[in-house]
Amino acid sequence: MSTLDAHIPEGPIAEKWTKHKAKIPLVSPANKRQIDVIVVGTGLAGSSAAASLAELGYNVKAFCFQDSPRRAHSIAAQGGINAAKNYQNDGDSTFRLFYDTIKGGDYRSREANVHRLAEVSASIIDQCVAQGVPFARDYGGQLDNRSFGGVQVSRTFYAKGQTGQQLLLGAYSALSRQVAKGRVQMFARHEMVELVVVDGKARGIIARDLVTGELERHSAHAVLLCTGGYGNVFYLSTNAMGSNVTAAWKAHRKGAFMANPCFTQIHPTCIPVSGHFQSKLTLMSESLRNDGRIWVPKKKEDAEAIRAGKLQAVQLAEEDRDYYLERRYPAFGNLVPRDVASRAAKERCDAGFGVNKTGEAVYLDFASAIERYGKEAAHVQGLHHPSAEKVRELGEAIVESKYGNLFQMYEKITAQDPYKTPMMIYPAVHYTMGGIWVDYNLMTTVPGLFALGEANFSDHGANRLGASALMQGLADGYFVAPYTVGTYLADDIRTGKISTELPEFVDAETAARQRMEGFLNNAGNTPVEVFHRELGKIMWDQCGMARNKEGLEKAIQDIRSLRERFYKEVKVPGKMHEMNPELDKAGRVADFLELGELMCLDALSREESCGGHFREEYQSEEGEAVRRDDEFAYVAAWEFADQDPGKAKLHKEQLVFENVKLITRSYK
Amino acid sequence: MKFTLNVWRQNGPQDKGRMETYQVDQVSDDMSFLEMIDVLNEQLIGQGVDPVVFDHDCREGICGMCSMFINGEAHGPGRGVTTCQLHMREFKDGDEITIEPFRAKAFPVIKDLMVDRSAFDRIIQAGGYVSVNTSGNLPDANATPIEKPDADAAFDAATCIGCGACVATCKNASAMLFTSAKVSQFALLPQGQVEAKDRVLHMVNQMDLEGFGNCTNTGACEVECPKGISIENIARMNREFLSASITSK
Repeated sequence: MSTLDAHIPEGPIAEKWTKHKAKIPLVSPANKRQIDVIVVGTGLAGSSAAASLAELGYNVKAFCFQDSPRRAHSIAAQGGINAAKNYQNDGDSTFRLFYDTIKGGDYRSREANVHRLAEVSASIIDQCVAQGVPFARDYGGQLDNRSFGGVQVSRTFYAKGQTGQQLLLGAYSALSRQVAKGRVQMFARHEMVELVVVDGKARGIIARDLVTGELERHSAHAVLLCTGGYGNVFYLSTNAMGSNVTAAWKAHRKGAFMANPCFTQIHPTCIPVSGHFQSKLTLMSESLRNDGRIWVPKKKEDAEAIRAGKLQAVQLAEEDRDYYLERRYPAFGNLVPRDVASRAAKERCDAGFGVNKTGEAVYLDFASAIERYGKEAAHVQGLHHPSAEKVRELGEAIVESKYGNLFQMYEKITAQDPYKTPMMIYPAVHYTMGGIWVDYNLMTTVPGLFALGEANFSDHGANRLGASALMQGLADGYFVAPYTVGTYLADDIRTGKISTELPEFVDAETAARQRMEGFLNNAGNTPVEVFHRELGKIMWDQCGMARNKEGLEKAIQDIRSLRERFYKEVKVPGKMHEMNPELDKAGRVADFLELGELMCLDALSREESCGGHFREEYQSEEGEAVRRDDEFAYVAAWEFADQDPGKAKLHKEQLVFENVKLITRSYK
Repeated sequence: MKFTLNVWRQNGPQDKGRMETYQVDQVSDDMSFLEMIDVLNEQLIGQGVDPVVFDHDCREGICGMCSMFINGEAHGPGRGVTTCQLHMREFKDGDEITIEPFRAKAFPVIKDLMVDRSAFDRIIQAGGYVSVNTSGNLPDANATPIEKPDADAAFDAATCIGCGACVATCKNASAMLFTSAKVSQFALLPQGQVEAKDRVLHMVNQMDLEGFGNCTNTGACEVECPKGISIENIARMNREFLSASITSK
């Protein structure tokens, strides 16, 4: 075990980034033209980084597995993006955003990185508005804000329930502008299948052209992984079907440490699971908790009657409802952070109060919001004694204007009208706070390899606050990496073009080819999907919302034997040199099967509860998480070893809190 | 539920392609259309037949990756949905369902139900952006107020997911709805004004170069658009194009 140096600049926290930027070496425009950079992934982090680096003058190659960079899964982010603009004059500031994020992350993130994030947050909004991102505005033409979980100010900028889409299309347009100029070469329908390391430095990738099936060698002076999170290790998640850990995992196998891999965000408001062949889960934005109230029946017999279809939610009298978040956490109510809300839903459902057929759902109810908004609107219109129907009609119109697309999405999936009957929701895997370990410069433990956005671990600790993922992706891509990647490249101006004929490229390509041929020639009979589903169940049951020693140890054994069976029994049809989605999927699931074990190992070694990581052995009498700062205030960074994910070596980065006092998180 | 599926199989751009018929059972009414195809594919793999290739990713109606022409309609029956949001409860047990790729000269088939829509990327590259660098030293976001109706209309246009249903539906395979949505978004915002003329001229030019047809105002695109993008945007683009053509130097 060794300790890790995060290269955090000296000085007071509010000055670190400014001073650091002032000191970093620059690369002249003529030299930038001699330098190649690879960006893998084109979500918010990747698109913004590729566009920004190309604007600076580097030669950028960008890769995505989708048919267009515009389809990366950032597109699906709904609720909003935080920024410390204090437009609402409600006491927001850079420090408060920093503080909320550290506290929200349950004191397991790095102060310096989070402060930088809060510092650049305001510039992100300026940048996006200048790009023509149509954020929501009020009638005075000013930008509108709403509130998200775990905070007491309104600092979230939004574009209805499609904020991620609008921000990504903004970044995509910036990227497209550079593609048009020839500054970025775009490789869509390409998947990174190997990292190439030469003399200890990241010097390129092997990518598979998903249309022709050819393996290609691409060299560069630096490689940026902007490949998102690994929530699909759980099979069912709110991630896109293609979201995967392969790029990150290949980097891990080549020396990049994985940090806090067990820190997974289970989002409280998703549409519940309906059946065996379900392929994914759909999120209902956290913004709904601004106006929706979460409840289950107070009496078990009512819950049972509802599950049996004998009783409707709307028939239940007010006094028979248990608004359990408002009851347990009066200060934050329905807007407690995600980890707290998810666990509370699980607690109620486990206790027998769940409300759908499976018993795994709670209500998210808009009736009181509709009434409140309706009365307000009636007042504005000068209607002094409006009928209940009129109030309802006016209220529904306002709720529609705020959340219309979400309500419509819910109705399409469930065939129920959420204006008339409460939504049913349940927690689902949504985001991974863990990821590739990076230092202050977002560089991994492999020199020249950087990780941005959800792919890295740095800013959200053990729990991410709502509307912070978009902020981090764009902060890393637009405002951090352009400086810090340049710092690294300043030493590379005399290196010249990297040859793809180097033995390291040949070896990496051979390794990838052999792996794929292995799948195609396997004498098995079971489709890839079956193994993925099975892995997901192990992870959800043992490494999900609640974990314990016994379950995690069992999960590790189960995953190891599943992995063995996978290599013996998997069947992958088709050929190597053609479009072959089953082959792509096999490679991704193989990596999930290794990652899953590491996640369990990490969860096992972290003997405390913090944020989304809830170890049943470490809870208070009221069932709240018990953190153990004396022993576990560190980042667990795992080094791949002995060709076996279970033999990973633990390195610790001690977290130092100089600006925030470690206290027990309370939202009561 | 059980279904008879007639599925377009084409082993690459050069292959002529043909319809194949498959039976699927074990389908439940709360499955999405794509989950039904997943069931078919698991079945085909078991039988040693190559699974049907199709585009899909987010499966929540926002990435725009899924396509499919189902029973003669882009994204199938139902309004305001992408194929991934189409549920099997929209069909009757025992139905025969015909599934084809989006067909247009500018969207060549890659394999089976998957088509190449990169022409859309090139239209955006021709001018679908505001030329602003990421310096971080831009005017404050609230420095220029934007009237709410304009901001809302720009947003509505900007919600296009670039799926190509408009092209697949149009008898002329026109990309006017897609192109006009982007032109409109920027035309409605002050940030888009500086480059407005060049933008519309270049994007329309690229649209023609890609081999998309012209608009003859049938309005089919608007009907089939899963995001309800209005053909008012086409009218706006025509105005922008006309005035740019007359006034640009």
